[in-house]
Amino acid sequence: MSNTQGQQSNYVPNVARQKAYLQLLLLLAIALISFIVALTSGSLSLSFSEVFSAMSSDTNQLHHQVVYELRLPRMIHAFTTGALLALAGALMQVLLRNPLADPYILGISGGSAVFALIAIALGLVGWMVSASAFFGALLAMFLVFGLARGQGSWTASRLLLTGVVLASGWGAIVSFVLTIAPQGKLRSLIFWLMGDLSFAENFWPSLITLAIGILICLYFARSLNVLSLGAMQAQSLGLNINRFRWQLYVIASLLTAMAIIQAGNIGFIGLIIPHLLRLMGLRDYRLLIPGAVLAGGSLLVFADTFARSAIEDTALPVGILTAAIGVPIFIFLLYRGVKSV
Amino acid sequence: MSPNNTLSCTDLYLQIGKKVLCDNLSLQIEPGQTWAVLGLNGAGKTTLLHSLAGIRAANSGQIYLNKKNLTELTRHEIATQIGLLLQTQQDPFPGKVIEHVLIGRHPYLKALQWESEADYQIAIDALTTVGLDGFENRDLQSLSGGEYQRMLIAMVLVQQPSIYLLDEPINHLDWQHQHQILGTLTSMTEQKACSLMMALHDVNLAARYCSHTLMMFDHGQIKSGRTADLLNTETLEELYHTPIVQIENEQGQMFSPS
Repeated sequence: MSNTQGQQSNYVPNVARQKAYLQLLLLLAIALISFIVALTSGSLSLSFSEVFSAMSSDTNQLHHQVVYELRLPRMIHAFTTGALLALAGALMQVLLRNPLADPYILGISGGSAVFALIAIALGLVGWMVSASAFFGALLAMFLVFGLARGQGSWTASRLLLTGVVLASGWGAIVSFVLTIAPQGKLRSLIFWLMGDLSFAENFWPSLITLAIGILICLYFARSLNVLSLGAMQAQSLGLNINRFRWQLYVIASLLTAMAIIQAGNIGFIGLIIPHLLRLMGLRDYRLLIPGAVLAGGSLLVFADTFARSAIEDTALPVGILTAAIGVPIFIFLLYRGVKSV
Repeated sequence: MSPNNTLSCTDLYLQIGKKVLCDNLSLQIEPGQTWAVLGLNGAGKTTLLHSLAGIRAANSGQIYLNKKNLTELTRHEIATQIGLLLQTQQDPFPGKVIEHVLIGRHPYLKALQWESEADYQIAIDALTTVGLDGFENRDLQSLSGGEYQRMLIAMVLVQQPSIYLLDEPINHLDWQHQHQILGTLTSMTEQKACSLMMALHDVNLAARYCSHTLMMFDHGQIKSGRTADLLNTETLEELYHTPIVQIENEQGQMFSPS
């Protein structure tokens, strides 16, 4: 206690950060492995060298087509969707100061899906559908924030209840729109309720959104650390929280909307990934953000590869798999108590 | 750190719901002064500190930091001058003590900048000051209430403000640490020409450590001035609605509910 200032500590900051960088490298390696697995497996099993030669030349027309027209785009879709959702989940957790926040659980994905669906049903195409999905995500966020807040502050149970109830409400609207809309015009019910990567077309919009999202989030990363201590603490540390919250709110909605348009309503990635990263020790958002992109992306690549090749001649919607992983983890977190996550 | 900062307010009026907490308060907190804020639960001690720190808007009246209106300063400018210790804190996310304390360096770092060796040393020194040396790698969840409170104090120290606004800083602290923390804080205000205002519930600690005292009575009445002039059984009985006796001993005088 006496002022022994300048004392040497047993804590070495560089070592701690080097360990974190190694963990990020490990996640990068896992992502690369997921790419290889995604490109080699499927109904037509290819070896690594076959994939490699198919990518560099088109001597084997079939292999070339399978890799370039089916597996590679689908892999990119899966990766970007997973990364977008993990990033959106991490932002929402700071925004609500709750490690259980996730775009799917809180009904943000649901709201986004409803508005994308309505736009498609009305005959809109292209960016108009995206804009509508974005608006839906914003609206759903507004509803959850507004309703869960009520008079007091956001308690975990109130937040989750509000989100879950709204999510099931959005689900009902999805079913309703699909029932009255002309057949064949819309993607399947499963796509909008569970998520499926079989419909993905152009991956560039979401890839670009992801890239911009990563840059913005990295720029904000230390502010995210500050805001995770709570609004008042963040303010007293010099953060303009009103503006920052708005920025986060818009970015999280945008990331969610892009994932929805591409892959439908895939759940739990935003919950699982940040939690796993925190368990690994990547708690600082400057490390958690790149970690979330790599881990979220690879998880969905693995899940989708498994979903399309596990049962012969049957492609499972990937949302079933993420739910199978996510539900037990969610219940575990809830059971163990939010505080000790 | 830029010392010699003065925090002042004129005609400050604070209200929550229909309850008037503070009516027409004018006050000047000078460098080197240590203020105690006394009052019943719900008297408005926390609200006053939050308003002076600029995180809660005053219902009316002006607050000045070095003659500049607080509302005209950016949050960042205020954060390098005023440090605020909040009363209720909880962490929904896991973390280590050092990581938590280092977040206090936020006002001094640019957007993409990592903490430097110097920042780490400031954090380690602050932990040592509050008696938490060797706690750097501890999980937040493993801390006791008092240890957690001292870590929060370390975080305010790391922020290196010139004006400290502390809401019940000795919450959860044992006698040893109450005196160590208050002793360190008050000697720091004298040495570094900082100023300090803290909400307290222990009148005797206020008498011992604080040069000035602010009392928040019912209906927004305020008395403020030198501690020696203000603390007597009469004003304390009026403040706490409790009979109070004054006990003389070799240490000086003590107050106690009778």
